[in-house]
This record gives sequence, structure tokens and C-alpha cells, in this order.
Amino acid sequence: MSDQSDQLQTCLTAVEQADSAAGLAAAVAALAALKDERAAEMLIQTLGYNNPGAAVAAVDGLIKLGSPVVPLLLAQLDSDNYGARAWALRALAGIGDPRGLTLLLKTATDDFALSVRRAATRGLGIIQWEALEPKAQQAAQAEVKTALLQVVRDPEWVVRYAGIVAVQGLAMAVDDHSTIAAIEDCLQERIAADEVLAVRARAQWAVQQLAPKSAPEPALDEQTPD
Amino acid sequence: MSDIADAPPLTIDQAIANLQQTDDPGLRYYAAWWIGRFRVNHPDAIAALLAALEDEQDRSPDGGYPLRRNAARALGKLDSSLAVPALLKCLDSSDYYVREAAAQSLEMLGDPAAVPGLLNLLAGGVEAAIAVPDKPHLVQPYNAIIEALGTLGDWPLVPEIIPFLDHDQPQVRNAAARALYQLTGKPEYAERLVEVLYCPDLQLRRSALMDLGAVGYGPAAGAIARTLAENSMKLIALKGVLERQLCPDDFEGRLEDYAKRFDPLSLSAPAIETMALMDSLL
Repeated sequence: MSDQSDQLQTCLTAVEQADSAAGLAAAVAALAALKDERAAEMLIQTLGYNNPGAAVAAVDGLIKLGSPVVPLLLAQLDSDNYGARAWALRALAGIGDPRGLTLLLKTATDDFALSVRRAATRGLGIIQWEALEPKAQQAAQAEVKTALLQVVRDPEWVVRYAGIVAVQGLAMAVDDHSTIAAIEDCLQERIAADEVLAVRARAQWAVQQLAPKSAPEPALDEQTPD
Repeated sequence: MSDIADAPPLTIDQAIANLQQTDDPGLRYYAAWWIGRFRVNHPDAIAALLAALEDEQDRSPDGGYPLRRNAARALGKLDSSLAVPALLKCLDSSDYYVREAAAQSLEMLGDPAAVPGLLNLLAGGVEAAIAVPDKPHLVQPYNAIIEALGTLGDWPLVPEIIPFLDHDQPQVRNAAARALYQLTGKPEYAERLVEVLYCPDLQLRRSALMDLGAVGYGPAAGAIARTLAENSMKLIALKGVLERQLCPDDFEGRLEDYAKRFDPLSLSAPAIETMALMDSLL
């Protein structure tokens, strides 16, 4: 066996044999650090162990592995274990692969747990659009826009905050002026009316970062010298 | 009010009626909680909560007053000038948890008139702050009292609180550090809370996160983002830091009141750094 396979085997065995919560978390972190796709299945399995330390390390590891683990994650998202699904969703959101879109859209607007809505929302702002054909891209971006304009009115401040970060990400990714204008409007509404100061400030920062993109062309009469 | 829309199937009228009746202590207890949770700012609700503070019917096996505890907690969430004198009276209750709830609610109500009453409970200083035999608590709810004094009080309280920095219980030490930072603005006190973020006990790290967020100590932002705890709690703490950074130094009111006057062009570099940290934790 190569050194890499030896290491993988050692780490897998350590996860299987861990006999304490802290030990499991450390073993999962070591396994995740290998950045080896062959570890993905075990990392996903540990999402269901009800050990937050281990799950955080596994999610980090899965996000680093990226797109190749998406089919495995999607399979995990069929499971009945709510905790495991929530962690798998965080990994999916962190990867930004468009194959996760349908699920992220539903979760961001529907899930009962606010931390899961928050994570799914964040994922909608970092989708790797270049992985889609231009036509599919436009349709999907329209869907994401509709969902996010709903999410920025979530009853929980942290979900609204994530919604603002995500609409900013979407606005950066698209060229369509009507989408950018709709996002600008929704940000201005948050700045003026959100009851939470932190959310208003984040919307303001989003507007500042989008300014170079959304600045209108100077009107003709302003260009004409006196 | 989105809160009320999300409420379980109990109407405001029903909740008030349940709190007014005395036949079913269970219904009454739940109604007191519900009225606080959904902030039912109705004069009848407040009158019924004030009456519940005098209840003699609902007693726990050790002589406590469960209904009074819930009523005292609920009053902290409602706007009524009648609540402060009633809660001050609760500070003399024989029930530790009624005193604790009253101190917390007095802090939330923000009326400095509560300071002398709260200070009375620190009589005897740190030497008197010992455990009650066979109970899981000290003789007074020191955390709640000290935190409330930090929020409501002024600098003359500093010498009263400094000795509690050396209490045996880390939670009491944290409360003292938090209060002293609020009273003096000296970073050395907030830095004590930052150190707790590196301790091995998760509960203590969580409580230091909440304290640093509550006082909005800006230099802690990076340490808050890095500590080992749930992102949800770190985000709440960083929200507290951010909102303090957004607020001008000379603003002396409640941050919620400042939100209405927010100047959108006032984002400072530290506020932007804090938001970048928050973004990374979503």
C-alpha cells in the first residue's frame, strides 16, 4: 500500500474505534485533513452520530472535497435522521454545487430550524453558476432571486442577515439589470425598515459593495458640456 | 407582530382569562409564561401578572412559588411602570428563583431606581456569597444581581463589585467582570471575559460569548469568531459587538432605540470587519 492509503486506513480505523466524544471529534478532524475523496463516505456517516464537534470537522472536510461528494451528500439528505440531514445540508451549502439547488431553495424558505435556514440561505449566495449551461443558469438564478427576496423577510434576524449576504452574492454573479435592480430595492427596504440594527448595517454594506456594479450610466444631458 | 402570529393556539383573551382564574394552577402557570413570551402588553395582562406575584396557591415541594417566578419573568418583557415597585418587592421573597427572575426583569426594564434594592442583596459582600447547604445555588442570585447593577448602575458601585472578581464560582467572576466593564469602560475587565473564551469548559465559553456580546466589546470580535462553540451563539455575540460599533460613543440609551435613528452612511472600518467575521460564520 502507498503511504497515502496507509494514512487513510489508520484514520478510518481511528474513527471507528473512537471511544469518547472528544476522541471521535479529533479522529474525524484528522480524517478530514487528509482531503482524500475515499474518506467522504465515512465523513458523511459521522454526520449522523449526534456529535457536534465531529460533525463540524466532517462538514469542513466535505466542503474542501467539493463537487465530487455532492451525489453522496444528496443521498444522505434522504435519510430520516434530522440532525444528519441538517449537517449534510450545511456541507452542500458550503460547496455551492448547482445540483444542490432544489434542496437549498426548499430548505432556505421552509425548514423549521433557523440555523438550517441560515446555512441553506448562505449556500444560495455562493452557487457555482459556471457549472450550468447559460439557459439553465438564467432560469435557476430567477428561482434563487424569488426565494431570497422571501428569505430577507424571515422572522429571524440571522436568517435575514444571511439572506442579505446571499442576495449580494447573487447580484455579483448576474448581469441582468432587472435582477440587480430588484436586489437593490430589497436592500434599500431593509436599510430603511429592518427592526434589527445589525441587519440594516449589513444591507448598507451590501449596497456599498454593489455600487460599482449598479451605478447607472450617466444620463446623456449630464455629459453634454454647457 | 410576527411573534403573536406564530403563537400556539391560545388567544390573548384566553391567556388573560387563564391567568386571572385560580382553579387550575397549571393553566395559570402556562398563561404567565405565554403572556411574557408573546409580549402581551395589555393592561389586564399586566394587572393579572401583578396579582400572580402575590399568589399563595401554587407551591413547590420545597416551599417555592413557581407561578410568581413566571410572572416575574414575564413582567420584564412588558412595558409597565407598575412592574418596577412590584419586582423590587420580589427581591425580598423567600424563593431564590423569584429573586433571580425579579433581578433579571429589573435589568431588562432599565430603570435605575432599582439599584438600591439590588445593592441590598449584596450585603455582607463576597464573604457572604456562599452556597446554601443541599441546594444547587448560592444564598443570593449573585449573577443576576451583579449583571443588573452593571446595566443599571453607575461608577460608585465599582468598589462593591470588585471583590466578586475573586469569587470561587467562575460564573460569578464573569458577571463581575462584565458589570465592571459596563460601569468603567476599562478594557482590563472585558479582557477577563476574552480569556474565558479559551478555557476548556464549553458552558463557560458560551456564557463569556453572551457577556461579550451584551457589552459589545469590539476588540473581542476575532476571539469570538475563533472560540470553540456553536456558530449560532458566536453570531449573536458578534451582533452585540457590531451594534455597539454602529452606535456613537455618546449614545446613552437602549440600542433598540438607536436602531430607529441609524445613519446608514456611518459604517466604520471595525464595523465592516465584524460583519466580515459574521459572514464567515453563517
